[in-house]
Amino acid sequence: MALTLFDKIWDAHHVLTEEGESLLYVDVALAQENTSHAFVALEKAQRGVARPQQVFAFTDHYVPTTGRARGIDGIPVAEIRNMVVQLQAMAHKHGITLFGIDNPDQGIMHIVPPEQGIIQPGLVVIGNDSHTSTHGAFGSLAYGVGASEFAHVLATQTLWQRKPGTMRITIDGELGFGVAAKDVILALIAHIGVDGATGHAIEYAGSAIRALSMEGRMTVCNMSIEAGGRVGLMAPDDKTYAWMDGRPYAPKGKAWEQGLDFWRSLTSDPGARFDKEVNLDAAQIAPTVTWGISPEHALPVTGRVPDPAQETDEKKRGEYQVALDYMDLKPGMDLRDIRLDRVFIGSCTNARIEDLRAAAEVAKRGKAVVTTWVVPGSMSVKRQAEKEGLDQVFLKAGFEWRDPGCSMCTAINGDHLQPGERCASTSNRNFRNRQGPGGRTHLVSPAMAAAAALKGRLTDVRELLK
Amino acid sequence: MTPFTTLTAIAVPMDEANLDTNQLCPTRFNKVPRGPKYREVLFYDQRFTTDGKLTDYMLNRAPYDQAGIIVADRNFGCGSSRETAVYALYEFGIRCVIAPSFGDIFAANCAKNGLLALTLSEETCAGLRRQLHEKKGATLTVDLAAQTATDVAGGVHPFDIHPVRKRCLLEGLDDIARTLQYQNEIVTFESSYRKSRPWLNVQGGR
Repeated sequence: MALTLFDKIWDAHHVLTEEGESLLYVDVALAQENTSHAFVALEKAQRGVARPQQVFAFTDHYVPTTGRARGIDGIPVAEIRNMVVQLQAMAHKHGITLFGIDNPDQGIMHIVPPEQGIIQPGLVVIGNDSHTSTHGAFGSLAYGVGASEFAHVLATQTLWQRKPGTMRITIDGELGFGVAAKDVILALIAHIGVDGATGHAIEYAGSAIRALSMEGRMTVCNMSIEAGGRVGLMAPDDKTYAWMDGRPYAPKGKAWEQGLDFWRSLTSDPGARFDKEVNLDAAQIAPTVTWGISPEHALPVTGRVPDPAQETDEKKRGEYQVALDYMDLKPGMDLRDIRLDRVFIGSCTNARIEDLRAAAEVAKRGKAVVTTWVVPGSMSVKRQAEKEGLDQVFLKAGFEWRDPGCSMCTAINGDHLQPGERCASTSNRNFRNRQGPGGRTHLVSPAMAAAAALKGRLTDVRELLK
Repeated sequence: MTPFTTLTAIAVPMDEANLDTNQLCPTRFNKVPRGPKYREVLFYDQRFTTDGKLTDYMLNRAPYDQAGIIVADRNFGCGSSRETAVYALYEFGIRCVIAPSFGDIFAANCAKNGLLALTLSEETCAGLRRQLHEKKGATLTVDLAAQTATDVAGGVHPFDIHPVRKRCLLEGLDDIARTLQYQNEIVTFESSYRKSRPWLNVQGGR
């Protein structure tokens, strides 16, 4: 029988099935500070960590993005500091590898594991964070889970799952000038909706996906969850192997050759059937921005804010009105007339070296007119950017160059918008209050964010790059 | 985990689709240890002004301050994997959410905490919400063993639920204990898995 890539990985990790629910073996588990709830559950169940060498912990959600030379003591708010201290203590207690606040490779849990070669094709990866889907870019099956399921993984190195449906999203053709991976995923979410992939594992395919760099592929897989897909994956190829080769946790020598032989088998067989198929033409995708309070509220930057009165569907009309009220926008206004207070370049979606290069390419053409932050995804990204002089480009343009963490994407480390502030952000969620109570978010690509910084309003980056 | 068997409770209609877990539990409360404080956290940014005063949001007022059921629209609980969203619902007193669809991670989190995420069709949910708007403070009854929800007019709506999820809820089963019965199978699987993938045994790191 012709199998999908998803089926192949699922079958290889399938321990047993009980009443239609399968127990899957887990290769790698990723924890962050909020995993404190899972550690409490684990202790309540009077269990230890079954395979500590397969668990990795990251301080990212709560770390400050300035003043890092002082380490933990540099976190002024006790409750925030405590989250970082707790994770450190749990990692130490259970013998888990910790990328702590002063680790030279510290960074976001969806950026560091690939950098370290921890993520490899064909693995089952479980993370206590919904954006764990990022790691599907390497052809691994990567699930985001809550505290209870994570505690279960810690205790047993397995996860109970029902087999989801399969959905193939094929994007063929060439991306236009100024169009990035972020635009691809935003356009896709606008097309299928925020629950378009609910109950399904997504496989991304097509020439436009293959043409993306690994960074771009991670951006696309990262936001699978914003389309409702808990899992989003892509077949590995030579780009994947070239990216992995020589990284600290990647196999070496003979082991690498063995891995490579196996990894090359990780593609959907010709004729494999998917429960749902979606096709998108890459050439039709424009630089995209969100205008509302759901990631599906996305439009080409050349578009206009929707007018609820023009909506024939009563439900949509109500939904759009709520969105416009929260975002304080007028129906029909040109998206490029939306003025901004802040710009944020960072997050597990868009804080890799390629993202910073794209932002710098735009930043060197002017000066920021609004407060603009660049928060690299990891210390390793930060070092590389500084080696390339990108930090100097940003500083010269008046952008702030900060230290790695989730920062103003999830807005719990002390970095957040003020009530009413409007921000162009390379992060993944434009939910109400996401970037701080009363904050308003417009999701964009890194280049679009930099363009917005120079103009102080949503801007079509193609006009700046011309 | 407290078993879920039957429930008759005041049901609050929420008409908005895509209510995400950021609304259920704003991120800044994720650091709160599990406990009664989460009662206050649920829909915090709707229920409290920026200086901490109660708003007139429906959950702050009778009869909905006593609600045990939410009837929502599609994709309830989408977004972040935070289980604190479920803690907040639970501490508020919500034991069942009825909706046409749920965020996958949220639905899993509910099941692990004795909260029933009950799926009915979009039309049925809309009908239930209409009834509840008309008769504010009315109760609904959910019978998990029989897999039925009874509406305000006495109409009975059968629902589907996966047998394992049903059993775990009915018995209040602890997942970890369930899995540890299979410890031998897991160890056997792991050893043959590792043998077939020698490249995974390489020690990494700096």
